[in-house]
Amino acid sequence: MSEAHSGRIHIAHQFESSDQQHEAGTLGIWIFLATEVMFFGGLFTGYALDRWLYYPAFAAASRILDIRLGAINTAVLLTSSFTMALSVRAAQTAKRGALALLLILTMLLGAVFLGIKGFEYYQKFVEHVVPSLDFAPQGEVLARLAPGGLGHAQLFFCFYFFMTGLHALHMIVGLGLLFVLLLRALGSEFNAGYYAPVEVTGLYWHFVDIIWIFLFPLLYLIGGRF
Amino acid sequence: MSTATTVAPEPRAATPLNYLNVEYGWRSWLFTKDHKRIALLYLISITFYFFIGGAFAVLMRIHLIDPQGALVQPETYNKLFTMHGIIMIFFFLIPSIPSVLGNFLVPLMIGARDLAFPRLNLLSWYIYMLGGAFTMYSVIHGGVDTGWTFYTPYSSTYANSQVIPAALGIFITGFSSILTGLNFIVTIHKMRAPGMTWFRMPLFLWSMYATSIIFVLGTPVLAIALFLLFLERVFQVGIFTPALGGDPLLFQHLFWFYSHPAVYIMILPAMGVISEIVPCFSRKRIFGYKVIGFSSVAIAVLSFLVWGHHMFVTGQSIYTGLVFSALSFMVAIPSAIKVFNWTATLYKGSISYDAPMLYALGFIGLFTMGGLTGLFLASLSTDVQLNGTYFIVAHFHYIMVGGAVMGYLGGMHYWWPKISGRLYPEIWARLAAAIIFVGFNLTFFPQFMLGYLGMPRRYAFYPAEFQFLNVMSSAGASILGVGYLIPLIYFAWSMRYGPIAGPNPWGATGLEWQTPSPPPKDNFEQPPAVADEAYDYAHQEVGLV
Amino acid sequence: MPNAMFQNIPFHPDQASSIARSVDQLHFVITGITLFFTFLIFSTICYFMIKYRRRSRDERPANIEGSLPLEIAWTLIPTMICAGLFIWASSQYFANAKAPDGAIEVFVTGRQWMWKVQHPEGQSEINELHVPLGRPVKLTITSEDVIHDFFIPAFRVKKDAVPGRYTSLWFTATETGRFHLFCAQYCGAFHAGMEGWVIVMEPNEYERWLNSGASGETLEAAGQRLFQERGCANCHVEAGGGRGPSLRGVFGHPVRLANGLTAAVDESYLREAILTPNSHPVAGYPPIMPAFQGQLDEEQILDLIAYIRSLRNEGEAQP
Repeated sequence: MSEAHSGRIHIAHQFESSDQQHEAGTLGIWIFLATEVMFFGGLFTGYALDRWLYYPAFAAASRILDIRLGAINTAVLLTSSFTMALSVRAAQTAKRGALALLLILTMLLGAVFLGIKGFEYYQKFVEHVVPSLDFAPQGEVLARLAPGGLGHAQLFFCFYFFMTGLHALHMIVGLGLLFVLLLRALGSEFNAGYYAPVEVTGLYWHFVDIIWIFLFPLLYLIGGRF
Repeated sequence: MSTATTVAPEPRAATPLNYLNVEYGWRSWLFTKDHKRIALLYLISITFYFFIGGAFAVLMRIHLIDPQGALVQPETYNKLFTMHGIIMIFFFLIPSIPSVLGNFLVPLMIGARDLAFPRLNLLSWYIYMLGGAFTMYSVIHGGVDTGWTFYTPYSSTYANSQVIPAALGIFITGFSSILTGLNFIVTIHKMRAPGMTWFRMPLFLWSMYATSIIFVLGTPVLAIALFLLFLERVFQVGIFTPALGGDPLLFQHLFWFYSHPAVYIMILPAMGVISEIVPCFSRKRIFGYKVIGFSSVAIAVLSFLVWGHHMFVTGQSIYTGLVFSALSFMVAIPSAIKVFNWTATLYKGSISYDAPMLYALGFIGLFTMGGLTGLFLASLSTDVQLNGTYFIVAHFHYIMVGGAVMGYLGGMHYWWPKISGRLYPEIWARLAAAIIFVGFNLTFFPQFMLGYLGMPRRYAFYPAEFQFLNVMSSAGASILGVGYLIPLIYFAWSMRYGPIAGPNPWGATGLEWQTPSPPPKDNFEQPPAVADEAYDYAHQEVGLV
Repeated sequence: MPNAMFQNIPFHPDQASSIARSVDQLHFVITGITLFFTFLIFSTICYFMIKYRRRSRDERPANIEGSLPLEIAWTLIPTMICAGLFIWASSQYFANAKAPDGAIEVFVTGRQWMWKVQHPEGQSEINELHVPLGRPVKLTITSEDVIHDFFIPAFRVKKDAVPGRYTSLWFTATETGRFHLFCAQYCGAFHAGMEGWVIVMEPNEYERWLNSGASGETLEAAGQRLFQERGCANCHVEAGGGRGPSLRGVFGHPVRLANGLTAAVDESYLREAILTPNSHPVAGYPPIMPAFQGQLDEEQILDLIAYIRSLRNEGEAQP
């Protein structure tokens, strides 16, 4: 690609101006996010339907989830969104050190989230409530799940793993993007005229955050816990 | 403007440099970011898939000459219609006009150097090829027999064929559609040349925009449905399997939420092509420009609300059926408006019978029939009889083949001089258009009658009283097959031996005709500016051709 | 062989049910509309093509932007036609949606690749359905494996057989004879072989057919036997006072559930209640009933339902 250099701003050959390039990038990520909404939307619809059909089983299975870990993770992710928003600001004002620090912080918080999520998955293995691979709950877990019907409880855990797994996959992709940003930030690539990559990645990160804001109540907070 | 005014950047070149001869070697093609070269990559790939899918159709029609099945075992027949459907829909029809003509023309028509995201554009072709590879893997390793609709629980539990690679292939290909749609939306919003307002855009761009909306919002829902099907088959968990607590109809809802709009993904671009061809060969501004543009968007929006009409006989509540029936009738209206406007464009025009125009007029006639037979299926009580029969097969082939493929071929003939810089033999092209029109009607009209008589679709053998109509249909298919081979031959021939076309052989308006044929790598020597309405044929210089 | 191909070519399916004629009327009206508009568009195109053919290379006809009255006209006319068809088709569909009271109840189970038909009197048949002339027949349909579809073209009726739930259709046959019965939802290798015959008989012949053959026990009796064998009767004491509710007179009436909602007790509800009882327990009873998912086959469930249906209160008509 023949990239013209106009000051320190990269303008790809198909664009006339940096404004046009910036606007195209931003519109592009919004459209991508619309796609993502529809992607998760299909899952949410299926979940909502089955939750409505098999409410007792879904409520009982929901109570197996560890609400404290879910709540901690929500806080962690919200904080990471905050640091992400700050890093966009830092990129805009070309504060290289602050940007690098904030990106590292965001990645750390993302990693903590994934760590806690991984621990929760481990717990599910211990409790034998992993659909298909090991679904044979015993003892207390069995007693809590049985009244709603084990088949439908398994369905809940199917959705639990699909939805949180897909979300975690998006987190991992996000961490990769943040890492690339970090390298570019260390190379002082961003300034007031060119910070679109940070902004676009930020939008993606906030989106992943928002998905969790929906997942948390849907999965953890049903079943008359409160 | 003509090739004579082109200043060749490199003096040693005998012919002016264009996107085809600016670079050579396989790298310059496989790593290209030029939207025109990517369009050609798509053209070669979808042509390949078209003939594979076509071969399956030919085998099916031969098989059905005999009520007992003339050729293969029922299991094999089931694989034939499944692979025909999957390949034709996901690997030919959906990418055909958007990825070939759209890729080539969207930047040219709005006066841009390229799409907004050239690298994503190339990536979308690679994703398409990867998806195609998975699907071909399933074909080679025994095929898949679920029907292109993948209904659960047959596909998730009972089928013993290569469901997983086929579903994965379609899942992957979906992302190529999403990227193409995303690219088009951003390009049309942000990269129009100075003076190219929304209402000066050629209607092809309106239809591309509407199609892109469906790509972006519909495809992910199909993706998630196939993803769940994949997980269900691999891990035997039961989102769609009733024995495990799931709901098989949920799959149908998710599937048709995409796959009904997908019908419009296939037909809207063809409508856009027709809206270019009809004014050009009538030398007249299109009748009701804004109405046609807005009806494209209306179709895109309504198309998301009608999926339930595929499920009238599943035992859904009668009130649900009522709502979907009403919405399905509504989506017929913008299509009808388009047909009337195209016809009115001919009025007091200066009509020539060049091959693209023959395809376009064929499209209008066949699409009219295809659309009107949709009324039978939107009506609750008549749909009960026709759902799941050959009537459905005939109806959607009138839309898909009579509509989308005719539109695609019309567009290929119209823009081929721009793409290749050469003219094809006009007499052969007119002959092929006539053969395709006749063969098509002979193939699919009898199927309307078969369906009304009650012959279910996807039958490997059938009661003897249906034989006469089946034989007629098979006979028509052989004519249709020949009709499709002819353009392949003369297009290939023209690339080397065809007369030089010049920048604007049809005397058409539109920015794409104001640059040399084939266009230079960056499309325009000077960034174009637009001061006229689209299709301003009345004020075009006489003798420009 | 070539001669056989040209014999008995039907161009019109039999009209052998009470709704066939009216559905066909609508069908023909839409056919008329289709032909009219197709002819209109084709002939207009041909007329314009000839009248306005290009006579010289230099022709530049005047632009015509469009016409608001025309646009309104050809928006309103299709809209009105569509609205008319919608009202006609939907009212027809509504009128025929519910089976009339007193219909003969027959159970149909689809499986790869055959149809099993059970008559309440105990007769069962494969890929054949015997019905009397002139009496409404209601089919309750399900599937043991994948989705099938029960289709009788001559009657203009069709309904999916969905595993895990009941669907139903009804018809009144108006002609005696043999009529095709097809599976119209693709269901695997021998989908095309999942066909059979509906045999419409004079009522007295039908009675004779019902009573002929060693049909054994009726569905009701088989259900009652199962009800005892599987221990249902231990809790669902008919006189009341058992650990589960009495089932006398519950069919066709609403029941209060533990979650405060009410549900109508029909075939689908009973099926759920037997297979996964604790997903929607009845108010006032502990959720202690074992789930019968996987313990009963589709026919046994139908037997039980037939039996529970028969437990009517005194003086109550059959629901």
